[in-house]
Amino acid sequence: MILKAAPDNLLVSCHHLSCAYGDNVVVSDVTFSVERGEFVGIVGPSGLGKTTLLRAILGMVQPVHGEVGTVKGVRLGYVPQVESVDWNFPVTVLEVMVMTRPQRRVLPRITLAERRDANEMLERLGLGGLGDRHIRELSGGQQQRVFVARALFHNPDILVLDEPTSGVDVRTRHEVLHLLADLHQEGISVLLTTHDLNGLAAHLPRLVCLNREIIADGSPREVLVPDVLERLYGAPMHVLEHGGMPVVLDHAEGAVIKPFRPRAV
Amino acid sequence: MSVTPALAADLFEPYGFEFFRNGTVVAVAAGALCGLLGVFVVLRGMSYIGHGLSHAVFGGAAASAVMNFNYFIGAGLWGIVSGVLIGRIARRRILGADAAIGVVTTASFAVGLALLNRYGQAKRSIEAVLFGSVLGVKNGDIVAVVVVGLLAAAVIIVGYRRFLFSTFDPEVASVSGVRVSVMEAALMVMLSLTILVTMRVIGTLLISALLVIPAATARMLTNRFSSMLWLSPVIGASGAFLGMNLAYHTNTSAAAMIIIVCATAFSGVYFASGLRGKRRIAALGHL
Ligand SMILES: Nc1ncnc2c1ncn2[C@@H]1O[C@H](COP(=O)(O)OP(=O)(O)OP(=O)(O)O)[C@@H](O)[C@H]1O
Ligand SMILES: [Mg+2]
Repeated sequence: MILKAAPDNLLVSCHHLSCAYGDNVVVSDVTFSVERGEFVGIVGPSGLGKTTLLRAILGMVQPVHGEVGTVKGVRLGYVPQVESVDWNFPVTVLEVMVMTRPQRRVLPRITLAERRDANEMLERLGLGGLGDRHIRELSGGQQQRVFVARALFHNPDILVLDEPTSGVDVRTRHEVLHLLADLHQEGISVLLTTHDLNGLAAHLPRLVCLNREIIADGSPREVLVPDVLERLYGAPMHVLEHGGMPVVLDHAEGAVIKPFRPRAV
Repeated sequence: MSVTPALAADLFEPYGFEFFRNGTVVAVAAGALCGLLGVFVVLRGMSYIGHGLSHAVFGGAAASAVMNFNYFIGAGLWGIVSGVLIGRIARRRILGADAAIGVVTTASFAVGLALLNRYGQAKRSIEAVLFGSVLGVKNGDIVAVVVVGLLAAAVIIVGYRRFLFSTFDPEVASVSGVRVSVMEAALMVMLSLTILVTMRVIGTLLISALLVIPAATARMLTNRFSSMLWLSPVIGASGAFLGMNLAYHTNTSAAAMIIIVCATAFSGVYFASGLRGKRRIAALGHL
Protein backbone atom coordinates (compact mmCIF):
# COMPACT_ATOMS: atom_id res chain seq x y z
CA MET A 1 0.00 0.00 0.00
CA ILE A 2 1.20 3.49 -0.72
CA LEU A 3 0.59 6.10 1.94
CA LYS A 4 -0.44 9.41 0.46
CA ALA A 5 -1.11 11.95 3.15
CA ALA A 6 2.05 11.57 5.18
CA PRO A 7 4.42 13.88 6.99
CA ASP A 8 7.42 14.93 4.94
CA ASN A 9 10.01 12.74 6.53
CA LEU A 10 8.03 9.52 6.92
CA LEU A 11 9.31 6.54 4.89
CA VAL A 12 7.63 3.40 6.21
CA SER A 13 4.64 2.99 8.43
CA CYS A 14 2.68 0.15 10.03
CA HIS A 15 -0.62 0.82 11.73
CA HIS A 16 -2.13 -1.92 13.89
CA LEU A 17 -0.63 -4.40 11.47
CA SER A 18 -1.29 -8.15 11.81
CA CYS A 19 -0.01 -10.86 9.48
CA ALA A 20 -0.68 -14.57 9.49
CA TYR A 21 0.13 -17.73 7.58
CA GLY A 22 -3.18 -19.56 7.66
CA ASP A 23 -4.26 -19.51 11.31
CA ASN A 24 -0.76 -18.88 12.54
CA VAL A 25 -0.64 -15.20 13.49
CA VAL A 26 3.01 -14.19 13.45
CA VAL A 27 2.73 -10.40 13.54
CA SER A 28 0.11 -8.96 15.86
CA ASP A 29 -1.09 -5.38 16.16
CA VAL A 30 2.20 -3.76 15.26
CA THR A 31 2.36 0.01 15.02
CA PHE A 32 5.62 1.74 14.24
CA SER A 33 7.19 3.94 11.62
CA VAL A 34 10.57 4.78 10.20
CA GLU A 35 11.48 8.31 9.31
CA ARG A 36 14.06 9.64 6.92
CA GLY A 37 17.53 9.47 8.40
CA GLU A 38 16.74 6.78 10.96
CA PHE A 39 18.68 3.58 11.60
CA VAL A 40 16.37 1.01 13.13
CA GLY A 41 17.00 -2.56 14.23
CA ILE A 42 14.27 -5.15 14.83
CA VAL A 43 15.25 -7.74 17.43
CA GLY A 44 13.41 -10.69 18.86
CA PRO A 45 13.33 -14.45 19.17
CA SER A 46 13.52 -16.74 16.20
CA GLY A 47 10.33 -17.55 14.34
CA LEU A 48 8.30 -14.68 15.77
CA GLY A 49 7.74 -12.41 12.88
CA LYS A 50 10.82 -10.35 12.05
CA THR A 51 11.18 -11.52 8.47
CA THR A 52 7.41 -11.48 8.05
CA LEU A 53 7.25 -7.86 9.15
CA LEU A 54 9.89 -6.91 6.58
CA ARG A 55 8.04 -8.88 3.91
CA ALA A 56 4.84 -7.06 4.77
CA ILE A 57 6.59 -3.71 4.45
CA LEU A 58 7.91 -4.80 1.06
CA GLY A 59 4.46 -5.88 -0.05
CA MET A 60 5.32 -9.58 -0.30
CA VAL A 61 2.91 -10.54 2.49
CA GLN A 62 -0.61 -9.17 2.70
CA PRO A 63 -1.77 -7.98 6.13
CA VAL A 64 -4.82 -9.64 7.69
CA HIS A 65 -5.51 -6.53 9.74
CA GLY A 66 -4.30 -2.98 9.82
CA GLU A 67 -2.19 -1.13 7.33
CA VAL A 68 1.35 -1.20 6.20
CA GLY A 69 3.07 0.75 3.52
CA THR A 70 5.75 2.99 2.19
CA VAL A 71 5.22 6.62 1.41
CA LYS A 72 4.57 7.38 -2.24
CA GLY A 73 7.77 7.70 -4.22
CA VAL A 74 9.99 6.12 -1.56
CA ARG A 75 12.43 3.64 -3.06
CA LEU A 76 13.29 0.53 -1.06
CA GLY A 77 16.47 -1.47 -1.41
CA TYR A 78 16.00 -4.99 -0.09
CA VAL A 79 18.86 -7.24 1.01
CA PRO A 80 17.52 -10.73 1.72
CA GLN A 81 18.95 -13.09 4.28
CA VAL A 82 22.15 -14.65 2.90
CA GLU A 83 20.80 -18.11 3.62
CA SER A 84 17.90 -17.55 1.25
CA VAL A 85 20.17 -16.97 -1.78
CA ASP A 86 21.04 -19.86 -4.08
CA TRP A 87 24.81 -19.39 -4.20
CA ASN A 88 25.22 -22.14 -6.76
CA PHE A 89 23.12 -20.38 -9.35
CA PRO A 90 25.23 -19.65 -12.42
CA VAL A 91 25.55 -15.86 -12.23
CA THR A 92 28.46 -13.50 -11.83
CA VAL A 93 28.58 -10.49 -9.55
CA LEU A 94 28.06 -8.13 -12.49
CA GLU A 95 25.03 -10.11 -13.69
CA VAL A 96 23.50 -9.96 -10.21
CA MET A 97 23.82 -6.18 -10.28
CA VAL A 98 22.56 -5.64 -13.79
CA MET A 99 19.64 -8.08 -13.79
CA THR A 100 17.74 -5.57 -11.68
CA ARG A 101 17.91 -2.94 -14.43
CA PRO A 102 15.15 -3.04 -17.01
CA GLN A 103 16.30 -4.40 -20.34
CA ARG A 104 15.76 -1.49 -22.69
CA ARG A 105 17.09 -3.14 -25.82
CA VAL A 106 16.11 -6.27 -27.63
CA LEU A 107 19.43 -7.96 -26.94
CA PRO A 108 20.24 -8.48 -23.27
CA ARG A 109 23.88 -7.40 -23.54
CA ILE A 110 25.18 -5.38 -20.61
CA THR A 111 25.73 -1.89 -21.96
CA LEU A 112 28.91 0.06 -21.34
CA ALA A 113 27.05 2.56 -19.19
CA GLU A 114 25.57 -0.24 -17.07
CA ARG A 115 28.95 -1.87 -16.69
CA ARG A 116 30.47 1.44 -15.64
CA ASP A 117 27.72 2.16 -13.10
CA ALA A 118 27.91 -1.32 -11.66
CA ASN A 119 31.69 -1.26 -11.39
CA GLU A 120 31.53 2.15 -9.73
CA MET A 121 29.13 0.81 -7.12
CA LEU A 122 31.21 -2.32 -6.56
CA GLU A 123 34.30 -0.17 -6.21
CA ARG A 124 32.55 1.93 -3.59
CA LEU A 125 31.77 -1.14 -1.51
CA GLY A 126 35.31 -2.49 -1.77
CA LEU A 127 34.41 -5.10 -4.37
CA GLY A 128 36.38 -3.57 -7.23
CA GLY A 129 37.58 -6.10 -9.79
CA LEU A 130 35.22 -8.84 -8.61
CA GLY A 131 32.57 -8.20 -11.27
CA ASP A 132 33.34 -11.31 -13.27
CA ARG A 133 33.53 -13.67 -10.29
CA HIS A 134 30.89 -16.30 -9.76
CA ILE A 135 28.94 -15.43 -6.61
CA ARG A 136 30.04 -18.67 -4.94
CA GLU A 137 33.67 -17.59 -5.21
CA LEU A 138 33.33 -14.78 -2.67
CA SER A 139 33.82 -14.58 1.07
CA GLY A 140 30.77 -14.26 3.31
CA GLY A 141 31.35 -10.54 3.78
CA GLN A 142 31.79 -10.01 0.06
CA GLN A 143 28.60 -11.92 -0.68
CA GLN A 144 26.70 -9.72 1.75
CA ARG A 145 28.15 -6.60 0.17
CA VAL A 146 27.25 -7.72 -3.35
CA PHE A 147 23.61 -7.78 -2.31
CA VAL A 148 23.94 -4.42 -0.58
CA ALA A 149 25.50 -3.15 -3.81
CA ARG A 150 22.57 -4.48 -5.80
CA ALA A 151 20.11 -2.81 -3.44
CA LEU A 152 22.04 0.48 -3.64
CA PHE A 153 22.11 0.29 -7.42
CA HIS A 154 18.69 1.94 -7.51
CA ASN A 155 19.45 4.85 -5.21
CA PRO A 156 17.09 3.69 -2.48
CA ASP A 157 15.87 6.04 0.22
CA ILE A 158 15.91 3.18 2.67
CA LEU A 159 17.84 -0.07 2.84
CA VAL A 160 15.94 -3.01 4.29
CA LEU A 161 18.22 -5.85 5.41
CA ASP A 162 17.23 -9.22 6.83
CA GLU A 163 19.84 -10.54 9.25
CA PRO A 164 22.82 -8.90 7.56
CA THR A 165 25.26 -10.48 10.00
CA SER A 166 23.91 -13.96 10.45
CA GLY A 167 26.47 -16.68 9.94
CA VAL A 168 29.45 -14.38 9.54
CA ASP A 169 32.56 -14.06 11.67
CA VAL A 170 33.44 -11.13 13.92
CA ARG A 171 35.53 -9.33 11.34
CA THR A 172 32.88 -9.56 8.65
CA ARG A 173 30.32 -8.33 11.13
CA HIS A 174 32.45 -5.24 11.76
CA GLU A 175 32.80 -4.73 8.03
CA VAL A 176 29.05 -4.85 7.50
CA LEU A 177 28.37 -2.59 10.48
CA HIS A 178 30.88 -0.01 9.27
CA LEU A 179 29.50 -0.15 5.75
CA LEU A 180 25.97 0.46 7.00
CA ALA A 181 27.16 3.27 9.26
CA ASP A 182 28.89 4.94 6.29
CA LEU A 183 25.81 4.61 4.11
CA HIS A 184 23.72 6.04 6.89
CA GLN A 185 26.11 9.00 7.09
CA GLU A 186 25.52 9.54 3.40
CA GLY A 187 21.83 9.95 4.07
CA ILE A 188 20.39 6.48 3.48
CA SER A 189 17.95 5.27 6.11
CA VAL A 190 18.33 1.69 7.34
CA LEU A 191 15.91 -0.89 8.69
CA LEU A 192 17.33 -4.28 9.59
CA THR A 193 16.60 -7.38 11.64
CA THR A 194 19.16 -9.11 13.80
CA HIS A 195 19.69 -11.77 16.42
CA ASP A 196 22.93 -10.28 17.49
CA LEU A 197 22.18 -8.15 20.54
CA ASN A 198 25.71 -7.27 21.57
CA GLY A 199 27.52 -7.33 18.25
CA LEU A 200 25.01 -5.33 16.26
CA ALA A 201 21.84 -4.22 18.04
CA ALA A 202 23.58 -2.45 20.92
CA HIS A 203 25.35 -0.19 18.41
CA LEU A 204 22.16 1.09 16.78
CA PRO A 205 20.34 4.26 17.76
CA ARG A 206 16.89 2.63 17.88
CA LEU A 207 15.63 -0.90 18.50
CA VAL A 208 12.18 -2.37 18.04
CA CYS A 209 11.67 -5.50 20.16
CA LEU A 210 9.30 -7.85 18.39
CA ASN A 211 7.74 -10.97 19.82
CA ARG A 212 4.67 -11.20 17.57
CA GLU A 213 3.78 -7.82 19.00
CA ILE A 214 6.04 -4.93 19.86
CA ILE A 215 7.38 -5.33 23.39
CA ALA A 216 9.44 -2.17 23.40
CA ASP A 217 10.73 0.52 21.06
CA GLY A 218 13.60 2.82 21.95
CA SER A 219 17.34 3.22 22.29
CA PRO A 220 19.45 0.22 23.37
CA ARG A 221 19.83 1.80 26.81
CA GLU A 222 16.07 1.90 27.15
CA VAL A 223 15.15 -1.51 25.74
CA LEU A 224 18.12 -3.76 26.50
CA VAL A 225 17.08 -4.05 30.13
CA PRO A 226 16.30 -7.24 32.06
CA ASP A 227 12.58 -6.59 32.28
CA VAL A 228 12.08 -6.09 28.52
CA LEU A 229 14.43 -8.93 27.60
CA GLU A 230 12.61 -11.37 29.83
CA ARG A 231 9.30 -10.49 28.23
CA LEU A 232 10.90 -10.68 24.79
CA TYR A 233 12.66 -14.01 25.12
CA GLY A 234 10.70 -15.55 27.97
CA ALA A 235 13.86 -16.23 29.94
CA PRO A 236 15.71 -14.20 32.56
CA MET A 237 18.75 -12.30 31.33
CA HIS A 238 21.36 -10.13 32.90
CA VAL A 239 22.59 -6.86 31.50
CA LEU A 240 25.99 -5.39 32.25
CA GLU A 241 27.45 -2.14 31.14
CA HIS A 242 30.68 -1.89 29.27
CA GLY A 243 32.07 1.36 27.87
CA GLY A 244 28.69 3.02 28.17
CA MET A 245 26.93 0.27 26.19
CA PRO A 246 24.62 -2.44 27.49
CA VAL A 247 25.96 -6.00 27.24
CA VAL A 248 23.42 -8.80 27.47
CA LEU A 249 24.45 -11.99 29.21
CA ASP A 250 22.34 -15.04 28.89
CA HIS A 251 22.53 -17.85 31.37
CA ALA A 252 21.41 -21.25 30.23
CA GLU A 253 20.61 -22.12 33.82
CA GLY A 254 21.27 -25.60 35.04
CA ALA A 255 22.66 -26.80 31.74
CA VAL A 256 26.30 -27.42 32.47
CA ILE A 257 28.14 -29.77 30.19
CA LYS A 258 30.68 -31.68 32.22
CA PRO A 259 34.11 -32.55 30.85
CA PHE A 260 34.16 -36.01 29.34
CA ARG A 261 36.21 -38.59 31.23
CA PRO A 262 36.84 -41.80 29.37
CA ARG A 263 36.02 -44.77 31.52
CA ALA A 264 38.86 -47.16 32.19
CA VAL A 265 38.48 -50.55 30.60
CA MET B 1 43.13 -37.69 -41.49
CA SER B 2 41.97 -38.92 -44.85
CA VAL B 3 38.57 -40.40 -45.28
CA THR B 4 38.28 -43.10 -47.86
CA PRO B 5 35.74 -42.36 -50.56
CA ALA B 6 33.81 -45.49 -49.63
CA LEU B 7 33.44 -44.41 -46.02
CA ALA B 8 32.42 -40.91 -47.05
CA ALA B 9 29.81 -42.35 -49.37
CA ASP B 10 28.57 -44.49 -46.51
CA LEU B 11 28.32 -41.52 -44.16
CA PHE B 12 26.38 -39.47 -46.66
CA GLU B 13 24.18 -42.30 -47.84
CA PRO B 14 21.19 -41.53 -45.56
CA TYR B 15 21.04 -37.97 -46.84
CA GLY B 16 19.81 -39.34 -50.13
CA PHE B 17 16.50 -40.05 -48.42
CA GLU B 18 14.03 -37.28 -47.88
CA PHE B 19 12.66 -38.86 -44.72
CA PHE B 20 16.14 -38.82 -43.21
CA ARG B 21 16.79 -35.23 -44.18
CA ASN B 22 13.47 -34.14 -42.72
CA GLY B 23 14.02 -36.23 -39.64
CA THR B 24 17.45 -34.71 -39.06
CA VAL B 25 16.17 -31.17 -39.43
CA VAL B 26 13.35 -31.76 -36.98
CA ALA B 27 15.53 -33.67 -34.51
CA VAL B 28 18.21 -30.97 -34.48
CA ALA B 29 15.58 -28.26 -33.98
CA ALA B 30 13.95 -30.32 -31.23
CA GLY B 31 17.32 -30.87 -29.53
CA ALA B 32 18.06 -27.15 -29.57
CA LEU B 33 14.60 -26.25 -28.31
CA CYS B 34 14.65 -28.78 -25.47
CA GLY B 35 18.17 -27.64 -24.60
CA LEU B 36 16.99 -24.03 -24.37
CA LEU B 37 13.96 -24.68 -22.16
CA GLY B 38 16.00 -27.27 -20.25
CA VAL B 39 18.13 -24.49 -18.77
CA PHE B 40 15.11 -23.29 -16.81
CA VAL B 41 13.96 -26.82 -16.02
CA VAL B 42 17.35 -27.66 -14.52
CA LEU B 43 18.00 -24.39 -12.68
CA ARG B 44 14.53 -24.35 -11.16
CA GLY B 45 14.78 -27.99 -10.13
CA MET B 46 11.58 -28.79 -11.98
CA SER B 47 12.50 -31.80 -14.03
CA TYR B 48 9.61 -33.64 -12.44
CA ILE B 49 7.38 -31.02 -14.02
CA GLY B 50 8.83 -31.78 -17.46
CA HIS B 51 8.25 -35.45 -16.82
CA GLY B 52 4.72 -34.91 -15.58
CA LEU B 53 3.83 -32.52 -18.36
CA SER B 54 4.92 -34.93 -21.07
CA HIS B 55 2.68 -37.59 -19.56
CA ALA B 56 -0.22 -35.17 -19.27
CA VAL B 57 0.20 -34.09 -22.88
CA PHE B 58 0.12 -37.74 -23.90
CA GLY B 59 -3.34 -38.02 -22.36
CA GLY B 60 -4.43 -35.00 -24.38
CA ALA B 61 -2.91 -36.44 -27.54
CA ALA B 62 -4.73 -39.73 -27.05
CA ALA B 63 -8.03 -38.02 -26.34
CA SER B 64 -7.74 -35.87 -29.45
CA ALA B 65 -6.78 -38.89 -31.56
CA VAL B 66 -9.84 -40.81 -30.36
CA MET B 67 -12.14 -37.86 -30.90
CA ASN B 68 -10.60 -37.29 -34.30
CA PHE B 69 -9.44 -33.87 -33.28
CA ASN B 70 -6.35 -32.13 -34.60
CA TYR B 71 -3.34 -33.22 -32.53
CA PHE B 72 -1.83 -29.76 -32.17
CA ILE B 73 -5.08 -28.14 -31.10
CA GLY B 74 -6.30 -30.92 -28.80
CA ALA B 75 -3.05 -31.87 -27.12
CA GLY B 76 -1.90 -28.26 -27.28
CA LEU B 77 -4.81 -26.87 -25.31
CA TRP B 78 -4.57 -29.76 -22.89
CA GLY B 79 -0.85 -29.24 -22.47
CA ILE B 80 -1.00 -25.49 -21.94
CA VAL B 81 -3.81 -25.76 -19.40
CA SER B 82 -2.08 -28.52 -17.44
CA GLY B 83 1.25 -26.73 -17.73
CA VAL B 84 -0.03 -23.51 -16.22
CA LEU B 85 -1.93 -25.41 -13.52
CA ILE B 86 1.09 -27.54 -12.63
CA GLY B 87 3.23 -24.43 -12.49
CA ARG B 88 0.84 -22.74 -10.10
CA ILE B 89 0.57 -25.75 -7.83
CA ALA B 90 4.33 -26.20 -7.75
CA ARG B 91 4.87 -22.51 -7.07
CA ARG B 92 2.82 -22.55 -3.92
CA ARG B 93 5.13 -25.19 -2.51
CA ILE B 94 2.24 -27.03 -0.94
CA LEU B 95 3.37 -30.09 0.91
CA GLY B 96 3.23 -33.05 -1.44
CA ALA B 97 2.66 -30.91 -4.55
CA ASP B 98 5.12 -33.01 -6.51
CA ALA B 99 3.37 -36.21 -5.48
CA ALA B 100 -0.01 -34.76 -6.47
CA ILE B 101 1.37 -33.68 -9.84
CA GLY B 102 2.86 -37.14 -10.32
CA VAL B 103 -0.43 -38.86 -9.57
CA VAL B 104 -2.57 -36.63 -11.77
CA THR B 105 -0.24 -36.67 -14.77
CA THR B 106 0.37 -40.39 -14.59
CA ALA B 107 -3.38 -40.91 -14.40
CA SER B 108 -3.77 -38.73 -17.48
CA PHE B 109 -1.19 -40.93 -19.18
CA ALA B 110 -3.05 -44.08 -18.16
CA VAL B 111 -6.39 -42.72 -19.35
CA GLY B 112 -4.73 -41.89 -22.67
CA LEU B 113 -3.43 -45.45 -23.02
CA ALA B 114 -6.80 -46.95 -22.12
CA LEU B 115 -8.64 -44.70 -24.58
CA LEU B 116 -6.32 -45.68 -27.38
CA ASN B 117 -6.64 -49.38 -26.56
CA ARG B 118 -10.38 -49.22 -26.44
CA TYR B 119 -11.19 -46.94 -29.37
CA GLY B 120 -7.98 -46.36 -31.21
CA GLN B 121 -7.40 -47.40 -34.72
CA ALA B 122 -4.46 -45.15 -34.19
CA LYS B 123 -2.08 -47.80 -33.00
CA ARG B 124 0.68 -46.34 -35.09
CA SER B 125 0.25 -42.87 -33.74
CA ILE B 126 0.27 -44.13 -30.17
CA GLU B 127 3.66 -45.69 -30.75
CA ALA B 128 4.85 -42.53 -32.38
CA VAL B 129 3.80 -40.50 -29.36
CA LEU B 130 5.30 -42.93 -26.85
CA PHE B 131 8.60 -43.65 -28.53
CA GLY B 132 8.83 -40.89 -31.10
CA SER B 133 9.17 -41.43 -34.79
CA VAL B 134 11.73 -39.10 -36.24
CA LEU B 135 11.55 -40.81 -39.58
CA GLY B 136 7.81 -40.45 -39.85
CA VAL B 137 7.69 -36.69 -39.38
CA LYS B 138 5.44 -34.69 -41.60
CA ASN B 139 6.08 -31.22 -42.91
CA GLY B 140 3.70 -29.89 -40.28
CA ASP B 141 5.97 -31.25 -37.55
CA ILE B 142 9.00 -29.51 -38.99
CA VAL B 143 7.18 -26.22 -39.23
CA ALA B 144 5.81 -26.60 -35.70
CA VAL B 145 9.18 -27.35 -34.09
CA VAL B 146 10.94 -24.56 -35.95
CA VAL B 147 8.22 -21.99 -35.22
CA VAL B 148 8.08 -22.85 -31.51
CA GLY B 149 11.87 -22.84 -31.40
CA LEU B 150 12.16 -19.38 -32.91
CA LEU B 151 9.35 -18.09 -30.75
CA ALA B 152 10.92 -19.45 -27.55
CA ALA B 153 14.32 -18.03 -28.49
CA ALA B 154 12.79 -14.63 -29.19
CA VAL B 155 10.78 -14.57 -25.95
CA ILE B 156 13.79 -15.61 -23.89
CA ILE B 157 16.09 -13.06 -25.51
CA VAL B 158 13.65 -10.17 -25.14
CA GLY B 159 12.73 -11.15 -21.58
CA TYR B 160 16.24 -12.28 -20.66
CA ARG B 161 16.76 -10.13 -17.59
CA ARG B 162 13.28 -10.71 -16.24
CA PHE B 163 13.55 -14.46 -16.72
CA LEU B 164 16.97 -14.47 -15.08
CA PHE B 165 15.86 -12.29 -12.17
CA SER B 166 12.69 -14.25 -11.46
CA THR B 167 14.53 -17.57 -11.70
CA PHE B 168 17.43 -16.54 -9.47
CA ASP B 169 15.62 -14.44 -6.90
CA PRO B 170 11.82 -14.41 -7.34
CA GLU B 171 11.06 -12.45 -4.16
CA VAL B 172 13.36 -9.54 -4.82
CA ALA B 173 12.32 -9.62 -8.46
CA SER B 174 8.70 -9.12 -7.53
CA VAL B 175 9.62 -6.30 -5.14
CA SER B 176 11.55 -4.72 -8.00
CA GLY B 177 8.47 -4.71 -10.19
CA VAL B 178 9.03 -7.89 -12.22
CA ARG B 179 5.77 -9.76 -12.63
CA VAL B 180 7.16 -13.10 -11.53
CA SER B 181 3.94 -15.04 -11.98
CA VAL B 182 3.67 -13.83 -15.58
CA MET B 183 7.24 -14.92 -16.26
CA GLU B 184 6.55 -18.32 -14.73
CA ALA B 185 3.36 -18.76 -16.71
CA ALA B 186 5.25 -17.81 -19.87
CA LEU B 187 7.86 -20.46 -19.10
CA MET B 188 5.21 -23.09 -18.49
CA VAL B 189 3.44 -22.25 -21.75
CA MET B 190 6.72 -22.47 -23.65
CA LEU B 191 7.54 -25.74 -21.92
CA SER B 192 4.12 -27.15 -22.80
CA LEU B 193 4.50 -26.08 -26.43
CA THR B 194 7.98 -27.55 -26.55
CA ILE B 195 6.77 -30.87 -25.28
CA LEU B 196 3.82 -30.76 -27.64
CA VAL B 197 5.83 -30.21 -30.81
CA THR B 198 8.80 -32.42 -29.96
CA MET B 199 6.81 -35.30 -28.55
CA ARG B 200 6.19 -36.94 -31.91
CA VAL B 201 9.91 -36.67 -32.58
CA ILE B 202 11.43 -37.82 -29.30
CA GLY B 203 8.47 -39.53 -27.66
CA THR B 204 6.77 -39.11 -24.30
CA LEU B 205 9.07 -41.49 -22.54
CA LEU B 206 12.37 -39.87 -23.45
CA ILE B 207 11.51 -36.23 -23.72
CA SER B 208 12.17 -35.37 -20.10
CA ALA B 209 15.70 -36.71 -20.57
CA LEU B 210 16.27 -34.30 -23.44
CA LEU B 211 15.02 -31.49 -21.23
CA VAL B 212 17.55 -32.29 -18.52
CA ILE B 213 20.73 -33.79 -19.94
CA PRO B 214 21.97 -31.03 -22.28
CA ALA B 215 21.26 -28.31 -19.70
CA ALA B 216 22.93 -30.25 -16.89
CA THR B 217 25.95 -30.82 -19.14
CA ALA B 218 26.09 -27.12 -19.95
CA ARG B 219 25.88 -26.30 -16.25
CA MET B 220 29.06 -28.27 -15.62
CA LEU B 221 30.84 -26.36 -18.37
CA THR B 222 30.01 -22.83 -17.28
CA ASN B 223 29.19 -20.61 -14.35
CA ARG B 224 27.32 -18.09 -16.46
CA PHE B 225 23.64 -18.11 -17.13
CA SER B 226 24.12 -16.41 -20.50
CA SER B 227 26.62 -19.07 -21.64
CA MET B 228 24.34 -21.84 -20.47
CA LEU B 229 21.58 -20.44 -22.67
CA TRP B 230 23.57 -21.06 -25.86
CA LEU B 231 25.68 -24.04 -24.74
CA SER B 232 22.71 -26.16 -23.79
CA PRO B 233 20.88 -25.82 -27.14
CA VAL B 234 24.16 -26.48 -28.98
CA ILE B 235 24.66 -29.68 -26.96
CA GLY B 236 21.05 -30.73 -27.55
CA ALA B 237 21.26 -30.06 -31.28
CA SER B 238 24.63 -31.80 -31.69
CA GLY B 239 23.39 -34.77 -29.72
CA ALA B 240 20.36 -34.98 -31.97
CA PHE B 241 22.46 -34.74 -35.12
CA LEU B 242 24.94 -37.41 -34.02
CA GLY B 243 22.18 -39.59 -32.64
CA MET B 244 20.27 -39.50 -35.91
CA ASN B 245 23.29 -40.61 -37.91
CA LEU B 246 24.28 -43.32 -35.46
CA ALA B 247 20.71 -44.60 -35.40
CA TYR B 248 20.68 -44.92 -39.17
CA HIS B 249 23.95 -46.82 -39.32
CA THR B 250 23.20 -49.10 -36.39
CA ASN B 251 19.56 -49.49 -37.32
CA THR B 252 18.24 -48.50 -33.89
CA SER B 253 15.64 -46.09 -32.55
CA ALA B 254 16.60 -42.52 -33.31
CA ALA B 255 15.12 -41.10 -30.09
CA ALA B 256 16.97 -43.66 -27.99
CA MET B 257 20.22 -42.98 -29.82
CA ILE B 258 19.85 -39.22 -29.33
CA ILE B 259 19.47 -39.69 -25.58
CA ILE B 260 22.37 -42.13 -25.49
CA VAL B 261 24.63 -39.64 -27.26
CA CYS B 262 23.60 -36.83 -24.90
CA ALA B 263 24.07 -39.04 -21.85
CA THR B 264 27.51 -40.03 -23.11
CA ALA B 265 28.41 -36.37 -23.49
CA PHE B 266 27.17 -35.75 -19.96
CA SER B 267 29.27 -38.59 -18.54
CA GLY B 268 32.31 -37.46 -20.50
CA VAL B 269 32.04 -33.92 -19.15
CA TYR B 270 31.27 -35.23 -15.68
CA PHE B 271 34.47 -37.23 -15.52
CA ALA B 272 36.61 -34.73 -17.41
CA SER B 273 35.56 -31.69 -15.41
CA GLY B 274 36.79 -33.15 -12.14
CA LEU B 275 35.58 -32.05 -8.77
CA ARG B 276 34.37 -28.68 -9.96
CA GLY B 277 31.84 -30.04 -12.45
CA LYS B 278 30.69 -32.65 -9.99
CA ARG B 279 30.09 -30.01 -7.39
CA ARG B 280 28.07 -27.94 -9.82
CA ILE B 281 25.89 -30.92 -10.63
CA ALA B 282 25.47 -31.81 -6.98
CA ALA B 283 24.44 -28.23 -6.32
CA LEU B 284 21.52 -28.52 -8.71
CA GLY B 285 19.83 -30.56 -6.01
CA HIS B 286 17.32 -33.15 -7.00
CA LEU B 287 16.77 -33.05 -10.71
N1 LIG C 1 5.77 -18.92 3.87
C1 LIG C 1 5.38 -19.34 5.09
N2 LIG C 1 4.31 -20.16 5.23
C2 LIG C 1 3.89 -20.58 6.44
N3 LIG C 1 4.48 -20.24 7.59
C3 LIG C 1 5.55 -19.41 7.53
C4 LIG C 1 6.05 -18.93 6.28
N4 LIG C 1 7.11 -18.13 6.53
C5 LIG C 1 7.26 -18.12 7.87
N5 LIG C 1 6.33 -18.89 8.48
C6 LIG C 1 6.18 -19.08 9.93
O1 LIG C 1 5.94 -17.82 10.51
C7 LIG C 1 6.67 -17.67 11.71
C8 LIG C 1 7.45 -16.40 11.68
O2 LIG C 1 8.45 -16.48 10.70
P1 LIG C 1 9.49 -15.32 10.44
O3 LIG C 1 10.32 -15.77 9.30
O4 LIG C 1 8.80 -14.05 10.31
O5 LIG C 1 10.33 -15.34 11.78
P2 LIG C 1 11.70 -14.60 12.11
O6 LIG C 1 11.44 -13.80 13.30
O7 LIG C 1 12.24 -13.93 10.92
O8 LIG C 1 12.62 -15.83 12.50
P3 LIG C 1 14.20 -15.96 12.33
O9 LIG C 1 14.77 -15.08 13.38
O10 LIG C 1 14.46 -17.40 12.64
O11 LIG C 1 14.56 -15.57 10.94
C9 LIG C 1 7.50 -18.92 11.86
O12 LIG C 1 6.89 -19.73 12.84
C10 LIG C 1 7.46 -19.58 10.53
O13 LIG C 1 7.44 -20.97 10.69
MG1 LIG D 1 13.96 -14.26 9.67
